[in-house]
Amino acid sequence: MAKLDWNEIKRQITDSQAWQSMFRHGYEDTPRNRILMVSGNVWLHLHPSKVQKHTVRLRFTWCMGGITFLLFLVTVITGIYLMFYYRPTAEYAYADMKYLEFDMPFGMLMRNMHRWAAHGMVIAVWLHMFRVFMTGSYKPPREFNWVVGVILLVLTLLLSFTGYLLPWDQLSIWAVTVGSNMARATPLLGHGGPFHEVLGVNPVYDARAFIFGGAEIGPHTLLRFYILHCIFFPLLASLFMAVHFWRIRRDGMSGPL
Amino acid sequence: MASQEGNGSGIVMRAAGAAGGAARTPAVAVGPSKRTEVPIKKAGSGIEEKLHTWPFLVRSEFMMSIVIIIVLTIWSLMLNAPLEQPSNPTRTPNPSKAPWYFLGLQEMLVFFDPWYAGVVLPSFIIVGLMLIPYLDINPKGNGYFTLRERWFEIMSFFLGFHILWVSFIIIGTFFRGPGWNWFWPGQVWDPHLVEALTNVDLPYMMGIRDYTTAAIFGLVMIGGYFVVGYVVLYFWIRSRPAGDRWSAFPGGGPEILQKWGPVRFGITGFLLIAMAGVFIKMALRHALNIKYILVTPWINI
Repeated sequence: MAKLDWNEIKRQITDSQAWQSMFRHGYEDTPRNRILMVSGNVWLHLHPSKVQKHTVRLRFTWCMGGITFLLFLVTVITGIYLMFYYRPTAEYAYADMKYLEFDMPFGMLMRNMHRWAAHGMVIAVWLHMFRVFMTGSYKPPREFNWVVGVILLVLTLLLSFTGYLLPWDQLSIWAVTVGSNMARATPLLGHGGPFHEVLGVNPVYDARAFIFGGAEIGPHTLLRFYILHCIFFPLLASLFMAVHFWRIRRDGMSGPL
Repeated sequence: MASQEGNGSGIVMRAAGAAGGAARTPAVAVGPSKRTEVPIKKAGSGIEEKLHTWPFLVRSEFMMSIVIIIVLTIWSLMLNAPLEQPSNPTRTPNPSKAPWYFLGLQEMLVFFDPWYAGVVLPSFIIVGLMLIPYLDINPKGNGYFTLRERWFEIMSFFLGFHILWVSFIIIGTFFRGPGWNWFWPGQVWDPHLVEALTNVDLPYMMGIRDYTTAAIFGLVMIGGYFVVGYVVLYFWIRSRPAGDRWSAFPGGGPEILQKWGPVRFGITGFLLIAMAGVFIKMALRHALNIKYILVTPWINI
């Protein structure tokens, strides 16, 4: 058997039109390739190709923005797995949690990772905000990106809150009841709030009913929260994340001048 | 085993292929040669050195991602997400707690009515956070940690975030039991515990028994509180000596006020005084059992 010439095989592969259409530069560690690795890659080009030295240091960034994004990605992936098995109807939702735990391969692990990543994301987003405040990174020209960040903070909380209802157990419906009851007290728009008689709102037609999809928490609320949780808020958060990252890319990281 | 390394004779300079003129380098020397930092100076200036994102930043991000994923996986293997009894709208648990990240707001319900604690206050928080970059005109401390040059801003944030938001979440999570009564960790949650609520409204305490007078009294108290707050803030800032910690304003207090302008001063003052009001209401409740300061048929504060 003739000895295989690995280098010749490799050369033929990397010289082929298919390979060259996908990979446009080699691996050699040259300054040019280092830049091409970032600028020629749609995912990596969220970064500038060069960064200031201090922005790589953990003690400056705490890595919290990146961790928030990573945990978001974890919830997206585990969330897709959960969506295959979960039915957002009052008859099945709770049973599906049990099926996930006892019947589905890795079901409980996926649910655990989804939940703990979501909690971790809330904490990471707060720490990220705290770090950005402490380094004054919201100061000009980055004011608006801070505003986008606050919107993302609110969206993170809303994502977590809408997901809280989906297990459809006592913990979820009462936590969401307590949280949503605040809407009942909205001035003018909630039937329990001050000046509610001005607009004539009532329990079936007020701010809380808008959230619940009815006068009380029920199957309609479950479906509503499911759609908000799986489609609307992730989409909205992704849009704002795109703006958030783009702004960092354009303005650069803040740093001592 | 065919070695991929040290095969210099295999170098074939290839003409640029379909990649639009990108000269391709052969994939030799991909061994574990140590990457060295090649700092790039920005042309013609003494500006901070720059690093290539690949590999230096991407490497940190990659390592951090691995660490986080490992921690998360181990955590998820050890600890199951909670699942209680099936939902039952006719059976209200005591206590019913909001998700933990909203417990600070639920704790506010001890001191304020729901329309304020649950709607107005969170709106102030969100809008106030968004306004921070437009209210803070101190150019110092942009891009580095400093306490000395920004201590007023940092103290404000500390009061709002760490004291009000974070510590109230801890209180709501660990110290509140049935009836939203205070229970120490380890103390048995007694659902029959009765705590006498002896709170009275401030106008009543002052001997006012008439609704109209009480409402006017409350309005005067709250309006007066804001007026006093603004006056204190104004004169305190005005009296900042030159060369104070706000070193960006060598003219001292008057220069700060002049550059800040009335709109920024007004909004910042409102947010700070409203935030301080939470502390004052808490103190009044705990020390003097005061329920409301302003009592009207429509709203109570």
